[in-house]
Amino acid sequence: MQNMEMREPVYIDKLETGIAGFDFISDGGLPKSRVTLVSGSAGSAKTVLAAQFLAEGIRRAGEGGVFVTLEESPDDIRRNMAGFGWAIEDWEEQGKWAFVDASLQPGEEIAVTGSYDFGAFLARIEHAVRKVGAKRLSVDSLGAILTRLPDAATIRQEIFRIVMALKKMGVTAVLTAECPENYDQISRFGVEEFVADNVIVLRNVLEEEKRRRTIEILKYRGAPHQKGEFPFTVLPAEGIIVIPLAEIQLEQKSSNIRITSGNEELDELCGGGFFRDSIILVSGATGTGKTLMTAEFIAGGVKHDERCLLFAFEESREQLFRNAHGWGMNFEQMEKEEKLKVVCVYPETIGLEDHLVNMEREIKSFKPNRVAVDSLSALERVSTIKGFREFVISLTSFIKHQEIAGLFTATTASLMGGTSITETHISTITDSIILLRYVEAFGEMKRGLTVLKMRGSMHNKDIREFNIDSQGMHIGKPFRNVSGILAGNPQLLAPGEFERLRDLFPEN
Amino acid sequence: MNKPLLQLYITGHTPRSERAIANLRRICEEKLDGRYEMVIIDVLERPQLAEDERILVTPTLIKPLPLPSRRVIGDLSDMEKVLSELDLMSATKPEN
Repeated sequence: MQNMEMREPVYIDKLETGIAGFDFISDGGLPKSRVTLVSGSAGSAKTVLAAQFLAEGIRRAGEGGVFVTLEESPDDIRRNMAGFGWAIEDWEEQGKWAFVDASLQPGEEIAVTGSYDFGAFLARIEHAVRKVGAKRLSVDSLGAILTRLPDAATIRQEIFRIVMALKKMGVTAVLTAECPENYDQISRFGVEEFVADNVIVLRNVLEEEKRRRTIEILKYRGAPHQKGEFPFTVLPAEGIIVIPLAEIQLEQKSSNIRITSGNEELDELCGGGFFRDSIILVSGATGTGKTLMTAEFIAGGVKHDERCLLFAFEESREQLFRNAHGWGMNFEQMEKEEKLKVVCVYPETIGLEDHLVNMEREIKSFKPNRVAVDSLSALERVSTIKGFREFVISLTSFIKHQEIAGLFTATTASLMGGTSITETHISTITDSIILLRYVEAFGEMKRGLTVLKMRGSMHNKDIREFNIDSQGMHIGKPFRNVSGILAGNPQLLAPGEFERLRDLFPEN
Repeated sequence: MNKPLLQLYITGHTPRSERAIANLRRICEEKLDGRYEMVIIDVLERPQLAEDERILVTPTLIKPLPLPSRRVIGDLSDMEKVLSELDLMSATKPEN
């Protein structure tokens, strides 16, 4: 029997946990009727995961769950988890949730008078599993026994026995274990990981003064899963949300449907407008007209009866509406007609993972045809570079998956040319790039615009001068006698030189 | 003084359980001169009782009365420790 198992690949059934994103990275959930060790340092949300695993089972499938607690008291857990919207007490009354309370009591000292075993603990777990007909079981955390009783050798043996017994009970179990540090040992006592077939590691690391939570499936004996670390967040009233970076990238569709940029001249430069399922990046220094281009993109959509969603991370609602008014656009009216929704958030209020979850949620609920983000660069501040890149990839994939158009703005650090971090990280992901630049010519600051990239379409390669007035943006003639604009080092060419160059490369 | 109440929790009739029961009987006969009440509870039969009393390991011996309530774990082979931990020294027969 065992030999057969070793020779032939055994298909392992999985139990969908219901934890957002987790079932994707685990290719379908936790291995059914098996024990999975969830290891993490203090504050890595182990207990939340253990409780959420049971809560989702009850909410989604009415599956009973047993929570074996060795650290916090059941009262503490009921209270702490209520914030996530899990009504544990009600579930207990309905016979869906049962605690096995093995938490440490104050002043409890246990005198040992001879040999002992964990028979009673096991009997209680079995009793609870029978009582609620449990399909799911969480133990938080097994290693805690080791600190309370002498004779570590006995306890190790007993932990092994408990895990074996859990496997026999047919429940899908999560065992949490505290590990001392990130990226080091998996469990403090070095015993738990040897008894579990599957190991998941939760991390809460400090990177550049920012906390970053990640989840990694380290081992899934005999079952496929996604490799590597995935960011996750813990939201009030939700619990753990894993952000599966690769989830949607693979199935992006693209169409040839053109939509207006909101500016006729720009549509012309782009060869007839933006593509519907594309991501457009508008990059430029502060004041070059990025927000204006965003506003025109929005107004253009509304004019064609499309729904538009705008995330503003740099300006307040009032500022934005006033600016739009100055360019002849009435955002208030558009919102009243429910053609537009403006979401203004300060980037610093929450972490980037939370921004992502919130933005995806807004997009899902408003169902816009166009999404604009002004500016992505503002979000760089609240994250590490790695985290930011993951965020941009996730957001673009998500928007593309909705088959809608997205316009992002990025701020360049220097006034004259140069690139932004945002640009370097997302330029390959976006379908179109439009650069806005200041151009110094004849003692005057002018603004220049060029379509740098337009995936799947011909586009005009000129660098055009543009003006902003109370009607918005007006794109004019190409700069014919200035070079080095994009490099941020404009140089004036004498008219004669320009003529000579033009004659060298005659245009047909 | 009141007779001490001794509750012994065991899990099934394993050799360890039998050893604990025998040890407890010996302590009671030899040291407490029959002035005691003894209850043996099999956790397999009364799991809810074990849950209520929060029994983690077996054998566990609880002395709820007289107060203060005390408990020890193990098969009770260390007789002196059982008596001292359960605060039953005063109840023992004077040794002649």
